[in-house]
Amino acid sequence: MLLTSKKKINQAEEEMLNVPQGSWAEIWYELKRNRRAMFGLFFILFLTIMAIFADQIAPYGMREQNLSNALQFPNTTHWLGTDDLGRDILSRMIYGTRVSLTVGVSAVAVSLIIGGILGVVAGYYKGWIDTLIMRFCDILLSIPSILLAIAIVASLGSNLQNLIIAIGISSIPVFARIIRSGVISVKEQEYIEASEALGANDIRIIFKHILPNILSPIIVQSSMGIASAILSAVGLGFIGLGLEASIAEWGTMLNAGRGYIRTHYYLTLYPGLLIMLTVLSFNLLGDGLRDAIDPKMRER
Amino acid sequence: MFRYIVKRILWLIPILLGVSFIVFTIMYLSPGDPVTMILGEGATEEAYQALRTQMGFDQSFIVQFLNYVRGVVFDFDLGRSYVSNRVVLDEILVRLPNTIRLASWSILFATLIGIPLGVISATRPYSKVDNVVMFISLVGVSMPTFWQALLLIILFTSTLGWLPASGFTSWQQMIMPVFALATSSMGTIARITRSSMMDVLDQDYIRTSEAKGVSDGRVIFQHALRNALIPVVTVIGLQFGALLGGAVLTETIFSINGLGTMMVNAIRTRDTMVVQGGVLFIAFIFTLVNLCVDILYAYIDPRIRSQYD
Repeated sequence: MLLTSKKKINQAEEEMLNVPQGSWAEIWYELKRNRRAMFGLFFILFLTIMAIFADQIAPYGMREQNLSNALQFPNTTHWLGTDDLGRDILSRMIYGTRVSLTVGVSAVAVSLIIGGILGVVAGYYKGWIDTLIMRFCDILLSIPSILLAIAIVASLGSNLQNLIIAIGISSIPVFARIIRSGVISVKEQEYIEASEALGANDIRIIFKHILPNILSPIIVQSSMGIASAILSAVGLGFIGLGLEASIAEWGTMLNAGRGYIRTHYYLTLYPGLLIMLTVLSFNLLGDGLRDAIDPKMRER
Repeated sequence: MFRYIVKRILWLIPILLGVSFIVFTIMYLSPGDPVTMILGEGATEEAYQALRTQMGFDQSFIVQFLNYVRGVVFDFDLGRSYVSNRVVLDEILVRLPNTIRLASWSILFATLIGIPLGVISATRPYSKVDNVVMFISLVGVSMPTFWQALLLIILFTSTLGWLPASGFTSWQQMIMPVFALATSSMGTIARITRSSMMDVLDQDYIRTSEAKGVSDGRVIFQHALRNALIPVVTVIGLQFGALLGGAVLTETIFSINGLGTMMVNAIRTRDTMVVQGGVLFIAFIFTLVNLCVDILYAYIDPRIRSQYD
């Protein structure tokens, strides 16, 4: 009927086999079976390699202009065409992975560290500090994240560091909430009580016993967080709040291509496609990780 | 229920104070000097000092903030634009209808398509249909709104010539912006409907209804969907905020004269008062929408209501 019997059988099977749930090997095993998640993972690896070896891989330099070759449609020398300054689109897309991956990963690091501290303090100590932190998160959440990022970058000026701070700050509350609820659920466990009784101090309990047990939701959220951080960064670049124009950045490329949209569609098509695949890969990986970690979701 | 609503409305006050403090601080850190901006570079020292005092920029940060808040609270005064010297609130109110229309049509569209997609997926989990629907939803979530808008223009304006690429009055002009803005929320709503619906379909009372011989359609729509919708309603409220933010980018592409276009222009001209007022106003609408959602939520779900009665 409505419910797949397969799901039920799998659950029963799992209980019978008594699979060690939550262990990293088990998660990896589950993840490997998920083709979409593996596609995401491989595409991310591919992007990372492009970002690191951009100088070797890209056929042309990032700033290499050739005005006599401006606005060429895709051809054999310029596979994805050239922009209005005669710069090679493919090369700039390859160099652009650097900015996007750096901003994505660093912004998530910012929100993870600040949100993590806030979440742990709120969840571990409870009481007035918890209320204070959570109300602060409520306030931050009531400003749409892209607007907050726009305001910060517009005010501080747009460079790589400010871009990271702006996007990082806007997802602090998301991480704080997830980590807080994780801490609260683990803190109730008996082994925490046991270590308290043994005289372990708060720092030790938090780092040795609590954090390792809430890593999985943090990892899932980080993967999804990188996806949305990249989207925000590209959006900022698109409205002209990105880095200086000579640095290859996907959002800025789309903004530049927008002026030629009626005649030279490829200027917007290819960089956008790469953005979509990148964001999709982080989302697929995040989805896959969540399914692999949460035993309730394992039913393929 | 009444106490709950009053409590929630009172709660708006600290939230909005906090939002204005954050926005004011961010804008305060901005390096531009508004006095020079208004007077131009060639102004005399006396004129400069006089305007500076008149605008209150010689006072401390806290005093400036309190003055701003007092103006907002007692006179609905968000200040004047440094560029056009018009009242910021008027600038906002002129453009508000366009933004609200864009965001509302988008959320309506996203809900009307997203929920059925989620239900279809949840009732056939792990089938081909489910896989395809969920993959499309994820693609929708992963596409930058503005890129999608550009693709639509390439297809429907440049290539086919069916739809106009700018403006926001006729329905032809509305199709592309609404669709571009709605896609991401549609994906999110479909995904959350699916997982919520699957949780509910797993419950004992659904099995009981099935065992009693209630038809599939009745089980899905009468018993399951109503309960599954509760988390979906929350997400729809949150998506509205995302849409108001996303409208900033969509409006600039389709040259829609809304809050987004206003803000982007204000940022380019360093018109701090307009940016500040715009962010504050959007946060205000977003908070109001979520307040309504929470009240609706309490109305639908007696468990929440009972916590406050």
